[in-house]
Amino acid sequence: MSRLLEISDLRVEFATRNGPVEALKGVSLSVGVGETLGIVGESGSGKSVTAFCVMRLLDRAGRIAGGHIRFRGEDITRAGRRVLAPLRGAAMSMIFQNPRAALNPIRPVGLQIADVLRAHESISAREARERAVALLEAVRIRDPVARLAAYPHELSGGMCQRVMIAMAIACEPSLLIADEPTTGLDVTTQKTVMDLLAETTARRGMAMLLITHDLGLAAQYCGRIAVMEQGRVVEEAPPARLFGTPGHAYTRRLVAASPRRDSTVASLVGAPEPQPMPLRPRQPLLEVRELGKRFGTAAAVDGVSFHLDAGESLGLVGESGSGKSTISRLVCRLLDPSEGSIRFDGEEIGAIPAGRFHRSPYRRAIQLVFQDHGESLNPRFSAFDSIADPLRRLLGLRDGAGLRARVEEAAERVGLPGDLLGRFPHQLSGGQKARVGIARAIAAGPRLLVLDEPTAALDVSVQAVVLHLLDRLRRESGLAYLFVSHDLNVVRMMCERTIVLQTGKLVEEGRSEVLFAAPRASYTAELLAAIPHFAPEEGDARARAAVAG
Amino acid sequence: MRGIAGRAGRRFLSSLPALLGVLVFTFLLMRVLPGDPAIFFASGPNAGQAEIEDIRRRMGLDKPVPEQLLLYLRDVATGNLGRSMTTGQPVLNDLRGRLPASLELTFCALLIALVLAVPLGILAALRPGSLLDHGVRMLCTLGVCVPTFVSGLLLIYVLYYLLGIAPDPTGRIDIFASQPPTVTGFLLVDAALAGDWEAWWAAASQLVLPACTMALFVLAPLARMTRASMLAVLTSDFVRTGEALGLSRRRVILVYALRNALLPVITIMGIVFSTMLGANVLVEKVFSWPGVASYALDALLSSDYAPVQGFVLLMASIFVLVNLVVDLLYGLADPRVSIG
Repeated sequence: MSRLLEISDLRVEFATRNGPVEALKGVSLSVGVGETLGIVGESGSGKSVTAFCVMRLLDRAGRIAGGHIRFRGEDITRAGRRVLAPLRGAAMSMIFQNPRAALNPIRPVGLQIADVLRAHESISAREARERAVALLEAVRIRDPVARLAAYPHELSGGMCQRVMIAMAIACEPSLLIADEPTTGLDVTTQKTVMDLLAETTARRGMAMLLITHDLGLAAQYCGRIAVMEQGRVVEEAPPARLFGTPGHAYTRRLVAASPRRDSTVASLVGAPEPQPMPLRPRQPLLEVRELGKRFGTAAAVDGVSFHLDAGESLGLVGESGSGKSTISRLVCRLLDPSEGSIRFDGEEIGAIPAGRFHRSPYRRAIQLVFQDHGESLNPRFSAFDSIADPLRRLLGLRDGAGLRARVEEAAERVGLPGDLLGRFPHQLSGGQKARVGIARAIAAGPRLLVLDEPTAALDVSVQAVVLHLLDRLRRESGLAYLFVSHDLNVVRMMCERTIVLQTGKLVEEGRSEVLFAAPRASYTAELLAAIPHFAPEEGDARARAAVAG
Repeated sequence: MRGIAGRAGRRFLSSLPALLGVLVFTFLLMRVLPGDPAIFFASGPNAGQAEIEDIRRRMGLDKPVPEQLLLYLRDVATGNLGRSMTTGQPVLNDLRGRLPASLELTFCALLIALVLAVPLGILAALRPGSLLDHGVRMLCTLGVCVPTFVSGLLLIYVLYYLLGIAPDPTGRIDIFASQPPTVTGFLLVDAALAGDWEAWWAAASQLVLPACTMALFVLAPLARMTRASMLAVLTSDFVRTGEALGLSRRRVILVYALRNALLPVITIMGIVFSTMLGANVLVEKVFSWPGVASYALDALLSSDYAPVQGFVLLMASIFVLVNLVVDLLYGLADPRVSIG
């Protein structure tokens, strides 16, 4: 098989304030005509940098320090604009993470597709328009003629990514690079977008370079997978072999840390299974009845009822727009409900205005762990101050040995080394910031922790450690969790009971192991079926089916 | 379109309280300022107490301040801005006669500034840290640092006195040229309407020096804003998309980057325009330009209340109007924004 793209011994340096930093340390990869190669790895592994090198989209600070990139046998490592311009978009093109930002916000999508067509072919505006309609149809956008005039902000994230795909395939390139194409999209949208990509590339004989942090996704859609770690390719193999008998230690860790249908929190980090929690007497903690929240005329949450016992963990799952985040904010009393009641510990707290809840004695009993651990820490607060903040404000502790002891205790419980307490958020890693956020939430001694997608922004190996930590905390201290996530596997592992939401309404509720094994609602089944997974044989079969189809 | 008009109307109504606040504030400010207008406008230094008292009564200054304020508000509501003691004319007439002069100057200056600043900002952003970037920064710094009366005088010295290219820097039109019939008050427009191209040329050549002086002063905010916003947009995802899909450099820069980068520049433009209209009194003074700002300054120096109050009200109204226009423009330029 002739190689379409050949990368050999590629080295890239980034100029930083502390001198050059090597981002790629000799990467060699190749993609054949019509082949799909996956590159997996965690943040900082260099997978995106590799793709940007091929397209020559590195920003000013980045520099190719050595090695070669050959496309169709031609060396394009140092090719100028003149050589690249006809290649980019026409022979190789790329789609990106965060599709809405990747489209020009103030230009109708039809014109953006036409821009690509007219950059490579001398056709009239009218022809370009007709071709754009055909392309939108090809990426299965309903009513394509009407959508031509739409702006990106009027389309959903999945639709934006389809438009992006339409632009990328407009001039029939032979290589498509997809850089985390479905990160941030709902699981069902992810499935439709990925199926569309697989089918399109197969039908048009295009090769695809799929860059992802999601091993399941790579396994399901790629014929071959390269694992990258810190600027190097550590292993390259077909999915079945990679996941069946991973050769490199890093691959083994990565595979182990990725949640699967049968994994448990302990198995992710290779820890022994904890003792099952002893049966405890039922002691209701949170009782939500007929909860509703309207924004304008649209109901974000519509008549949702559930309850939570002390020490129990309840998962809230659903796609974007399902109302799961709104419910978490209502329960945290950051939002006022439009109707219904929220009873905590037998007391009605839904009636206390959100603006005044911080003065309520229940504020310290209900605490929140946020999704973005970096953004939710005050950049001017050291880790110590962040953890001490609720103690100062809610418990009225003054600076001194007492406060210091409480902060250190909280830090110890989340496994944050004491010498990191003096550091500021930008001096901490993602996992450390997550620990600070959790320590802050448990510092004031809450009884209910609301976790809003606590691991969505973390790499899988860090996610595994944080999930293990959260699970241990709950077992040790009898905290109750309201766990919001779009990741069904995570919820299944973390929560005893699960609630499935769709457009603000409760669809299904049940014990997690039952609900996930045998969902009653068709929506739940649909969500479960959309999760990419790497049962190896099955993944291979699907890839083959996609190519054949 | 009707939706936009409705929103614009609501926006205008909601700015009325601010206008009222400006009215009251200026009124009170004028009353606290030192200087007694009655003494100032008395016939001479040895005018008798009786004469001063008489003037004071005629100006309504003998009444308590709250009553004066109410009377003033009533007058403003009926469109009466009072009478200038210096010119003897109703303030409304004075302002009406002078506003076109200021507006014409400001519009031209803004146009010159934009024509220079936007390309300079783009060029600087395309090559940050280059010689060109530093050159633009230097020019901007100079424009801001050198006071307008100095740069104005310099321009006059070089172009009028040394080289003799520019005409005599006094007023809006050469006193020997025929004045076109007044329709809009804008000499360039009136001359063009009358088909009197000689007068148009005379007015234009008078306008060039003061307009350039003002343009130089506002070059900095516009060019710097263009550069900063261009730099941000050039690293954005959609510009990267354009590059990745092989759009020409020209198209990426002009259609993808620039149009997005100009959005914040529109906002700055509104602020710059309002500021120029009132704050460039020095340019009007240096070039003997019969504008509203120099009129207000003269009135202020002679403790003539009515023109100053009228001027501040006018400026506030223009500020509100300009902001409204900017919001509407922004709404048209950016489909994501709906003003409300």
